[in-house]
Amino acid sequence: MNQAAPTAAETEPTPADLDDAPAGTGAPENSVTSGNMTSGSGTSLGFDPASSTVIEPRPGWRAIDLGELWRYRELVFFLTWRDVKVRYKQTVMGAAWAIIQPLMTSLVFVILFGKMGGMEADTALPYLPLVFAAQIAWQFFATAVSQSGQSLVASANLISKVYFPRLIVPMASVGAGLVDFCVALGVMGLVLAGYGMAPPLQFVLLPGFLFGVIITAIGVGSFLAALTVAYRDFRYVIPFLIQMWMFATPVGYPLAKVTNYFADNNISEHWLLLYFVNPMAGFTQGFRWCLLGEPLNPAHFAISAGVAVVCLVVGAVYFRKVERRFADIV
Amino acid sequence: MTQSVIQVDRISKQYQLGLRAKAQQTFREAVVELAQAPFKRLRHLSGRSHADDTFWALRDISFDVPEGEVLGVIGHNGAGKSTLLKILSRITEPTTGRAVVYGRVASLLEVGTGFHPELTGRENVYLNGAILGMSREEIRRKFDEIVEFAGVDKFLDTPIKRYSSGMKVRLAFAVAAHLEPEILIIDEVLAVGDQEFQNKCLGKMNEVAHSGRTVLFVSHNMAAVEALCQRCLLLSQGTIIADAPTGPVLEQYCREAFGDDDPRINLLNHSGRQRGCPALMQSVCVTDAEGGLTSTFEKGETIRIQVEFDASGREINPVLGVVVKTQRGVALFGNDNRIVDGYNFPLVTGDGQITCAFASLPLMPGRYSLDLWFGDSQRSLDCVTHAVTIQIVAANVTGTGKLPPANCGPVYWPATWELDVTECVGP
Repeated sequence: MNQAAPTAAETEPTPADLDDAPAGTGAPENSVTSGNMTSGSGTSLGFDPASSTVIEPRPGWRAIDLGELWRYRELVFFLTWRDVKVRYKQTVMGAAWAIIQPLMTSLVFVILFGKMGGMEADTALPYLPLVFAAQIAWQFFATAVSQSGQSLVASANLISKVYFPRLIVPMASVGAGLVDFCVALGVMGLVLAGYGMAPPLQFVLLPGFLFGVIITAIGVGSFLAALTVAYRDFRYVIPFLIQMWMFATPVGYPLAKVTNYFADNNISEHWLLLYFVNPMAGFTQGFRWCLLGEPLNPAHFAISAGVAVVCLVVGAVYFRKVERRFADIV
Repeated sequence: MTQSVIQVDRISKQYQLGLRAKAQQTFREAVVELAQAPFKRLRHLSGRSHADDTFWALRDISFDVPEGEVLGVIGHNGAGKSTLLKILSRITEPTTGRAVVYGRVASLLEVGTGFHPELTGRENVYLNGAILGMSREEIRRKFDEIVEFAGVDKFLDTPIKRYSSGMKVRLAFAVAAHLEPEILIIDEVLAVGDQEFQNKCLGKMNEVAHSGRTVLFVSHNMAAVEALCQRCLLLSQGTIIADAPTGPVLEQYCREAFGDDDPRINLLNHSGRQRGCPALMQSVCVTDAEGGLTSTFEKGETIRIQVEFDASGREINPVLGVVVKTQRGVALFGNDNRIVDGYNFPLVTGDGQITCAFASLPLMPGRYSLDLWFGDSQRSLDCVTHAVTIQIVAANVTGTGKLPPANCGPVYWPATWELDVTECVGP
């Protein structure tokens, strides 16, 4: 049955091949470019080469096309807006869920860790604001990761029928969580007011820490989304992962509890650096620093921020590597 | 000569069979596979074992489309039409080969992609527009026009989950119809909606086609292809078997679609079988009133269609439906024994033969194809389109040896005349 296949002879990159043929076989890098990006096409026609698109197999790794993402920014906006609109449709409580969820979780932590676990003793701050300040960051992150992890499979019909940069899908899912975050931040304001506290001056740096959470969420979310397309196991892994991750992050307990534990057991402070390899540890503590004036060690934060950038790059690059197969296997 | 805006150079696409099943594989299997992969590669390199589990959906496809041309792409199910469009709209990558597309491309492979049932009509217009590549400003400008075209203005603020399916389709097509790309790629979108809306769509398509835009158009609607396209590609099993002006290509397609005029056709591996149908119908033969095998009939003769079926493992009241179509695929008439009283056959199993007869065919000379539907009293189980072709030859049914001209259509119906005048001046 096999007809002569002059070009396909030596490489065999099938759509189902997870491990691509080694880079360098077949086509040159930098293949599909369009819009403002110039194309690698050697053919010259009377047309503006700037608007040409070259379609060919592109094995191996490829760069993230930021220019293209920028051109599609309106689609990111529309998909985000859709997710926001749809999220609380046909619910009785509506957007109140954005308040109830973090608030109830925080109350549970106050009772469980603060009162029953006696962790109130580790902090001079009232326990509810302490927990809630971290909870709003964590809640946003957890929702963003689980939503974007499922996003590609949920948008299977889009992916198999329309072209757009696929990274938009997990990005929009992360973006949709921002509205809930803003509502929760408002509640944080009320909590602070209720305790007669005012946020310190570094409050203005809060968007920076939020940005850190966002890039971590996009990195982790797009990585998990790409994996979920191929291996539906990750549907079950993601909730579990998020749950474990939360306990590795100072959300329900004060960071002082961890440092005190290290001190009590004569464990070197250096091990604490390992704790901050979890980017969310640095960012939630950053939230507490901004909102409550809790101490934040710059070295710890630097580690977290560095890992967050690595997360983003690894997630996005892996996503780009496997995205060519999405339409075939989703 | 105009420039090519689409240049396709030896594009091939290979799929792995059982891909769907593979997509569902678990991580554990992937790890096992990963461990086996080096060995597999080794075997592959040494030339043994080979890809029986892969197939080429497209094989070395090359063609150019000049600016402003409307190019039709036709072929049977599974010929590779949709794969080709998916590659050109960058949804999936080719396995080998290269294509260059100059200009902004919009592809319409499905009507209403990304519609969200919970959102209102208005919101979905914006969402769908953005997905198809329109800017917010562009949608705002065309919004009224879109709504008017779809005719859903009263329901704009109703969630579309409460729309009828027709309304949904109208709204979706309206958005798509107002795209203004330089290159438009369309797959089978005219196959939806009622006749009135289809005509409207066809009108809109005509407008697009004559506005100088380049269009790639896949359809099974031969009349639409004929009306819109100057040139056609005929695909079969992943290769281009014809690339020529529309008329000759359509004729070739019809000839291929209808097969040769063998009066006995084996249906087991017939290419016209609808996707997913069990092969219950084994073979068909057409005979004349006396039972003689023939595929050529005189106009007005009786035609008998005998279908051998195998219903092993089932219990059915056999029902055979036959639809007679022209070469261009226009259905002329059809019938089945489910709708006609007096033909409720008893419950049977195993194999058998069922025959349907049309007495005194009113067809004009030409070739016609028959679609066969086989089922039980509840529903159709098996369907083969273009199962068999018959040829009608002229017969002297009018008594003068003359027949109505071709523009009178494919059906001859006898008529009687009366004259009422006050005075005759001749014989």
